[in-house]
Amino acid sequence: MNNTSSLEMISTGRRQRRLRGMAVTSLLALLACVLSVSMLLLGNTIYSISDVIRVLFGEQVQGVSFAVNTIRLPRMLAGLLAGFAFGIGGCVFQTMLRNPLANPNVIGITSGSSAGAVFCIIILQADRMVISVASVVAGLATVIVIYLLSRGKVFSIGRLILIGIGLQAMLDAFISYFLLVGAQQDIPAALRWLTGSLNGTQMHELPPLIFTVLFFTPIVILLGKQLSILELGEQSAISLGVNTDKTRLGLILGSVCMIAIATATTGPIAFVAFLSGPIAKRLVGAGFLSLVPAGLVGVNLVLAADLLGQFAFDYRYPAGIITAIIGAPYLIFLLIHMNRKGDL
Amino acid sequence: MKTTHLLEAEQIKSGYENKTVVHGVDLIIPSHKISVIMGANACGKSTLLKTLTRLLKPLYGKATLDGTPIDQLQPKQLARILGLLPQSPIVPEGITVADLVGRGRFPHQSLLGGWTKEDTKAVAEAMDIMNVTELANRPIDELSGGQRQRVWIAMALAQQTDILFLDEPTTFLDITYQVEILDLLTDLNQQYGTTIVMVLHDINLSARYADYIFALKQGKLIAEGDPSDVITSGIVKEIFGLDCTVIKDPISDAPLVIPKGRHHVKNEMRIRSSISSE
Repeated sequence: MNNTSSLEMISTGRRQRRLRGMAVTSLLALLACVLSVSMLLLGNTIYSISDVIRVLFGEQVQGVSFAVNTIRLPRMLAGLLAGFAFGIGGCVFQTMLRNPLANPNVIGITSGSSAGAVFCIIILQADRMVISVASVVAGLATVIVIYLLSRGKVFSIGRLILIGIGLQAMLDAFISYFLLVGAQQDIPAALRWLTGSLNGTQMHELPPLIFTVLFFTPIVILLGKQLSILELGEQSAISLGVNTDKTRLGLILGSVCMIAIATATTGPIAFVAFLSGPIAKRLVGAGFLSLVPAGLVGVNLVLAADLLGQFAFDYRYPAGIITAIIGAPYLIFLLIHMNRKGDL
Repeated sequence: MKTTHLLEAEQIKSGYENKTVVHGVDLIIPSHKISVIMGANACGKSTLLKTLTRLLKPLYGKATLDGTPIDQLQPKQLARILGLLPQSPIVPEGITVADLVGRGRFPHQSLLGGWTKEDTKAVAEAMDIMNVTELANRPIDELSGGQRQRVWIAMALAQQTDILFLDEPTTFLDITYQVEILDLLTDLNQQYGTTIVMVLHDINLSARYADYIFALKQGKLIAEGDPSDVITSGIVKEIFGLDCTVIKDPISDAPLVIPKGRHHVKNEMRIRSSISSE
């Protein structure tokens, strides 16, 4: 037995995986900072960093203060928080159900939250608090309906995903219907509920999102260790001492709340919850918990998509259109790939 | 040496929705020994194993560890005493051998505490015992079936439990690997005194490697004890409905079951069998 060398092999492998994970996380955080700052500097007029910093510290700068405080800062914060919520929430579902297709975008949870929010806005003309609560309730209700419908004699992930896709189509039909009967709603508002957008986000809309993300992120990250054991399957997880029911409940509640409130604020920014987890996993490699990296990938996707949508084309597109252009081909790629591997 | 424990089934009835599979089993798992639960397909052996490892709640009766019902123990505390290798565990994509074995350390880690030297030591030891150290930084997806199975057992060993359950650890493996796995488990039992309980399909390997056999038929325990007492032509006929002759295994002196089908039976054996069945 050569115990010292095996000890070394194991610690070296662990160290390398950790280093890679931390390096990737730091780079993603750095990129997110760069994009956030760009969100504040860029617009119809480009401001200098010093002007923006002075405004952020409460100084009044002619012309700059209004644009930054009422337009660019809320837009940036909404993108930052919603991107993080979509990224981390999507990754939780994908890891828990061990299938990249099983994410809130594909199985209808974001559509459920959107439908709840749109119903409150257009039909009930309700206020912000009611909208937030309704989107969470609708998101959780969607999870419960998927669970009840896909519960057969034997659990099958394929059935769950198909039921989710069907449910999503139905919920999207509700959203379209609400938008139609809401008639006088203008097209940008409608687009927000179909693909998601940061356009016109206002500061007073943000507190529920800020609170939810700050409250649930630590909970979900704490449950991350259990989640990585849950990945080994129910039986292994129980025999390793994980309380599987409680863990799952905590993870679902936390990620659905984050996703639902984010959806109520920015609309369902297409495919962010779907793309972030797999991208983060590929970047950090297996064996490093990829929840935080997934959240950061979500931030970068949303902010980059919004900047691209604003400045890269002659016409201004909402962030959700840009993420959909990336996300849809990936969905098709994944379906073909999984079909070949026989995972579907 | 591992600690001695009293793991006991009391009047256990268990099964799935409206279908009782195990009908009232009482047993005590012999400490520091290798036990095999034996029986025909669908006789309830896996269900019994799941009930003893709290994967399944019994419909009636209880499984107790040192006098306490196992579902009343803290999950992590129980996981430090009793481990299980399920029949078909799931491999997360891309995970390396050392990382998977490391996940066996979960019950020894606190909520906020990180990875410790103790954990590395336990993982190294488990990988050395199961002979997978060389594979440490390879992804599981690249391994052969036999290697994979050794890695999974290594994960269960990193858990450092006193009792280890295995649900058909040799299924789908070539005979070479079946013997290799059973030899490694015997090493483990002899060197550390780990109590091993497994479900095995192969009667002859069970007879050779087990210290103690539990024979189940239709959810009831019909015989238990030393393999040479339990594995007789009468009991094999009762459990499996199979005519056979039991001889001494020339290698180990354990009972060896020679099945008797309708074909390829020598004439004088036919006569003997008709006499013995009367």
